[in-house]
Amino acid sequence: MSTFIDKSTRLLVQGITGRDGSFHTNQMIEYGTQVVAGVTPGKGGQKFEGTVPIFNTVAEAVTKTGANTTVIYVPPPFAADAMMEAADAGISFIVCITEGVPVLDMTRVYPFVKDRGSRLLGPNCPGLISPGQSKVGIIPGQICVPGPVGLVSRSGTLTYEVVYQMTRAKIGQTTCVGIGGDPINGTSFIDCLDAFEKDPETEAVVMIGEIGGTDEQEAARFVREKMKKPVVGFIAGQTAPPGRRMGHAGAIISGSAGTAAEKMQAFEDNGVGVAKRPIDVVDLLKRAMR
Amino acid sequence: MNIHEYQAKEIFRNYGIPIPPGEVATTPEEAESITRKFGTTVVVKAQVHAGGRGKAGGVKLAKTPAEAKSIAAQILKLTIKGLPVQKVLVTPAADIASEAYVGIIVDRASKRPVVIASPAGGIDIEEVAAKTPDKILRHAVDPRYGLQMFEAMQAAFFLYSDIKHVRAAAKILQQLYRAFSENGGSLAEINPLVTTPAGEIVALDAKMVIDDNELDRRPDIAALRDVSAEDPSEVEAREASLTFIKLHGNVGCVVNGAGLAMATMDLVKYYGGEPANFLDIGGSSNPEKVIAALRIITEDSDVKAILFNIFGGITRTDDVANGIVTAIGQNPLKVPLVIRLTGTNEEIAVEILEEHGLSAMTDMDEAVKKAVALATGGKAK
Repeated sequence: MSTFIDKSTRLLVQGITGRDGSFHTNQMIEYGTQVVAGVTPGKGGQKFEGTVPIFNTVAEAVTKTGANTTVIYVPPPFAADAMMEAADAGISFIVCITEGVPVLDMTRVYPFVKDRGSRLLGPNCPGLISPGQSKVGIIPGQICVPGPVGLVSRSGTLTYEVVYQMTRAKIGQTTCVGIGGDPINGTSFIDCLDAFEKDPETEAVVMIGEIGGTDEQEAARFVREKMKKPVVGFIAGQTAPPGRRMGHAGAIISGSAGTAAEKMQAFEDNGVGVAKRPIDVVDLLKRAMR
Repeated sequence: MNIHEYQAKEIFRNYGIPIPPGEVATTPEEAESITRKFGTTVVVKAQVHAGGRGKAGGVKLAKTPAEAKSIAAQILKLTIKGLPVQKVLVTPAADIASEAYVGIIVDRASKRPVVIASPAGGIDIEEVAAKTPDKILRHAVDPRYGLQMFEAMQAAFFLYSDIKHVRAAAKILQQLYRAFSENGGSLAEINPLVTTPAGEIVALDAKMVIDDNELDRRPDIAALRDVSAEDPSEVEAREASLTFIKLHGNVGCVVNGAGLAMATMDLVKYYGGEPANFLDIGGSSNPEKVIAALRIITEDSDVKAILFNIFGGITRTDDVANGIVTAIGQNPLKVPLVIRLTGTNEEIAVEILEEHGLSAMTDMDEAVKKAVALATGGKAK
């Protein structure tokens, strides 16, 4: 088993003919993901690499191919529309890789997608991978191996680093999910922790956070209240300086400065193993799964 | 992107928010003549992208043109949180009967713009929020409809009891919401919003932060950027599409991805060094970025060693290697360089580096330890 995607995932690629879209479509196909369709307005009727049919609209792609998941590589000005188009066409799982989507756009996209019953991952995220089964997004497949650990992260390359160190220590993964670092994203730490808790193959979970906001603190409380599986956490930004922040609203709204120390304390207080360095994740996992 | 108080006031004024007149001076003499023109007591306010201006001595009253001149001269010599003050706003002093706070921010938790209001405005508003949370009202707005009149009235009744004040404040809140949402704001704030003895409500200060992701589609807002008010190395980095924040350590860091960059800095500290900067070269693999990154870092004389930490995903490590080799060819390094790279096209990258007498490591901890030892002239912890 795995979480969110598996061998039966039928993937659509929005922006399949673009520079990033085409490169990563080839990587996903090579990894074994079933890429059933692409969308690029104006290129309907053509084929990607002679095999994957391209459509003008998501609705048409869904009708003709039965795609149930989409990955979005379109440029930032078009990303909000692409997410809403996918939700409106009945795609149940939408992964948006695009970086640079205006946050006010996301305040409108999020309720639109939610009202249609779809799950959004991202934007500004590396996607996800269930090693040996399917990958959707840009996480390098060669650094992952199948195994018992679920991983959820706000970061991109730091995720790769931790996965790489786990793989070198022969600790494999059920699913690695990058939820993205933007202020508004579709899938939260808690959504992923909940999915890992329910996944019978997942024995332990790694959570990688960053400074800013209170998502990690809330996730830590969820671990204590709702989870039986061991969770290990790392927070990046222990040495980040306090910014030359203007305005007061951020601190008023969250009641928190969102520092690494505060988040690590929340981990500690709620029974989440605290890794001081990325490599410590490996030792903590070994101890937790013994 | 931060904009100055006087720029935010200009935007707010365009939406009808009542704001006292004001003019910007870059010299003490200009401040003097502006004050003469107003013919009244003025406030001279440092225009700088940092909070806590008042506490840093950057906001002062002047009763006469001559006093305004000498105060402006003092303020224009200040450096607030590392940023030199280059402009002051001169504005007539207002008589204040009460001070409130209103602000709008995009809230991560509710995933909506949230209006924040407090009748206890002023410089200690964060303390108010922490100690007396019942004095703060938070209201999430549905962005598909905007801030409706009844919502604005509810917030305004939280601030005032006089219905005239309430109606005026509700109007200001709706104007503020439009200024925020129509200009790509991530924050819009009036602190203080004051009532005058004459019964008017006016905004005495204005802050606005623009979402960087909005700038491409809002060239008029992007043009408000004041490059002279930013750290020069940060400007240079942005122009090369790098994210850079200068710190004061001895190990210069070049990393791809913000999370890995922060984790690398944390490791530098863990092993006994101090990171000299945060620098994220991003996901693309343009060698030009690497060249720019090395140029910016080597301008800092505190840097005693440079550490590259590259995990190739979208970033191709051979492109980074090419950038390093080209940069060093143009401008030989005076400090030792430690390179850690792994991932996409790693073998090609190592080959390129070795052809030029450089070497690469694959383990992050080992690379950080080595860089720290070189920077401190001793051993890593």
